[in-house]
Amino acid sequence: MLHDWLGPGWSGFHAMNFFLLSLIKSGIVAFVLLTTLAYLQWAERKILAHVQIRVGPRRVGPHGLLQPLADVIKLMTKEDMIPSHVSKLLYLFAPFLAVSMALIPIAVIPFGGQVEVFGVKTWMQLTDLNVGVLFILAVTSVGVYGVALAGWSSNNKYALLGGLRSSAQMISYELPVALALAAPLLLVNTLSLRHIVEGQAGFYLGFIPRWSVFQGPWPQIFSFFLFLIAAFAETNRVPFDLPEAENELVAGFHVEYSSMKFAAFFMAEYANILTACCVGTLVFLGGWQPLLPDSLGGQFIPSIVFGLGGAISIFHGLNPARKLDRYTLPAFGVIFLGIAALFLIPILQAILLPLFWFAAKVGVLLFVFIWVRGTLPRFRYDQLMRFAWTVMFPIAMVNLLITGLLVALTS
Amino acid sequence: MKALEEHVASMLAPEPAPAEPGKGRHMVLNMGPQHPSTHGVLRVLIELEGETVRKAAPDIGYLHTGIEKQFEAGTWLQGVVLTDRVDYLANLSNNLVYALAVEKLMQLEMPARVQWMRVMLAELQRIESHLVWLGTHALDIGAMSVFFYCFREREEILRIKEMFSGQRMMTSYIRPGGLALEPPRGWEKRVGKFIRDFPDKVDEYDDLLERNPVWLERTKGVGFISVEDMLDLGVTGPMLRAAGVKLDVRKNTPYSSYEKFDFEMAVRTENDVFARYRVRLQEMRESAKIVTQALEGMPEGPWQADAPKMLLPDREKMKTQMEALIYHFKLVTEGYRVPAGEAYQAIESPRGEIAYYVVSNGTSHPYRVHMRTPSFGNLQGLGPMIEGTLIADTIAAMGSMDFVLGDVDR
Repeated sequence: MLHDWLGPGWSGFHAMNFFLLSLIKSGIVAFVLLTTLAYLQWAERKILAHVQIRVGPRRVGPHGLLQPLADVIKLMTKEDMIPSHVSKLLYLFAPFLAVSMALIPIAVIPFGGQVEVFGVKTWMQLTDLNVGVLFILAVTSVGVYGVALAGWSSNNKYALLGGLRSSAQMISYELPVALALAAPLLLVNTLSLRHIVEGQAGFYLGFIPRWSVFQGPWPQIFSFFLFLIAAFAETNRVPFDLPEAENELVAGFHVEYSSMKFAAFFMAEYANILTACCVGTLVFLGGWQPLLPDSLGGQFIPSIVFGLGGAISIFHGLNPARKLDRYTLPAFGVIFLGIAALFLIPILQAILLPLFWFAAKVGVLLFVFIWVRGTLPRFRYDQLMRFAWTVMFPIAMVNLLITGLLVALTS
Repeated sequence: MKALEEHVASMLAPEPAPAEPGKGRHMVLNMGPQHPSTHGVLRVLIELEGETVRKAAPDIGYLHTGIEKQFEAGTWLQGVVLTDRVDYLANLSNNLVYALAVEKLMQLEMPARVQWMRVMLAELQRIESHLVWLGTHALDIGAMSVFFYCFREREEILRIKEMFSGQRMMTSYIRPGGLALEPPRGWEKRVGKFIRDFPDKVDEYDDLLERNPVWLERTKGVGFISVEDMLDLGVTGPMLRAAGVKLDVRKNTPYSSYEKFDFEMAVRTENDVFARYRVRLQEMRESAKIVTQALEGMPEGPWQADAPKMLLPDREKMKTQMEALIYHFKLVTEGYRVPAGEAYQAIESPRGEIAYYVVSNGTSHPYRVHMRTPSFGNLQGLGPMIEGTLIADTIAAMGSMDFVLGDVDR
């Protein structure tokens, strides 16, 4: 039966191979995703701390590197309390819904092109849906239910207000997100994320990458910023963090949640940020396409970046600002130099270079998310709505129309 | 209190069935006493229609410590430490007004150096208090980082206070009869360095907030209350000046030789949260100017008044002269006596007009000490200010009032 389903070209061996490969890939992706989520939180605390002239976590492990682990242990061992006044079923279902819908989109996100490991060819992606973009939009919108249900079922006034704000906000900003994404899709003419990235390969004049933000006939720079702003709202981040505005609504929709149920919401928030950054990278910034062509030394950029990182670490380790830095920073420096050397090995370059470019672009976007949190105040509810409907929506619409017109004229 | 109780009862009473489905259904939100934005233990009962505040009633008294009554249990000198704890973010202002009131009763004239020193410390105190206000106000509106920048500068002022008095917050440094201790060696250098750098730091906050569109959206046109209401309710200080009323005790009825300093009264006319922000930032700059002037023109002279019946004698004299020893014994065991009478003294604290009314019956204990605290008056404006606005504006408006609950409840 499996044979029929997979088609005539498949043998038993191939089927086995397919399942085994998928299992391994899923395992790796899940591990990397969860680690990234944990360390994203560490990075946020560190970066925010340095924006705010603090030092951030330093106690658990060198430079607080084990802090995420400690947080997980803390959250798991906290008392799992269910208040007596909640609507139990929905109260328990909401965090589960939120976190699962936030984790699913990673399944369709490609991290690189086709690679060959031990003679097996595979794509650096779990699955390539031909409607990948739509799938991500659909799944993340279901995540709103988690927040709305949490707000309602908690039977708490602050949570209710938070849930209400959140649903209104996420539904309103869904529209600019969709419109902003539609414009670059017109350029590449596909919904599959892998093909979107492949459509952005190459360079103009030998050095300007053909990413959507630079691609002719109408560079998608406007829709990129629209998408980024709307993504802030979709993920409830500052300056749009009204649902959990701690100074108004204490904690918003998750005020009645504790222990792992709270952790689930927390994880969902960070997973949503990661998804938004990944989509932004894939659709607008050319996914794993490099910034510079190999003819201009693009393949050496990772080595240079890590090499510089290593050199700076070692320099600061030799002139330590704090006692502990004398030992930790040179160690980091050596690790960075090692990574820089890895990028020079020709066999590994095929795998590592796409991954580097993808991770670097996502990392830059994540940094912007954290940076903005340290800089901007919070919008008011009505201003937020007005901004969505009177500013974002018309601009996105006009941008879409211009893109469509120019694509029709030039094709 | 009766009016408030009736108000609260009317809000909690079951409401009549709505005429139309979906209309007139209100939710009563009990904000506080534990809430991140009430800056202490203030309880505000808010009646909401959606996100709009229909009625609001502040409920105070959660931090009542009976300080006014405690004054009567101690000597005049022991009262000084209580004044620290009234408005714990502006303790030197409270020290100063108490000292001035007691000195008025004793008809003591302070040496010039003491007066200038007091002005300088009070202005440093104003800067410190405004820094705390700016940090927490910005935090309420969501700008996290400003809080840490403000506290960096505040830390230096706290260190200066510690240098003077040995304490960071509860300094009790300004006392009836002068200062508590001789100003420490090297204070000019420390204060001078701080005050040279400070105006740049204020510009830095201004850069972060004044041209920030989100900040402008959140603060402009928010938290309006009519000038008549303000005057009726007893609102004073930066809030009143942001409404265009030129009322500053430092200018109108100068005390402690404020008339010798050259500074502007910060006045705006918009009467909203943003105007209050501008006024306070301007005041920080003006305070820095006053501190600079005090530093440059600080007169030489004693740091205490010549009042042997009130102040402890010199250690050396106490060991060599019998007269001094007797005074020392009497002052330590019983405290000084203040002539019978009553005095009212008002000064400009960072929050507004603070006034102490002290009554003496001629003994070494105050008969009555009553305070007119600015936070209490300012807080009365909360209801009219936020009714009809959104919850988020409530937070912004509350932050712009800059009340300290210790000052409200005492």
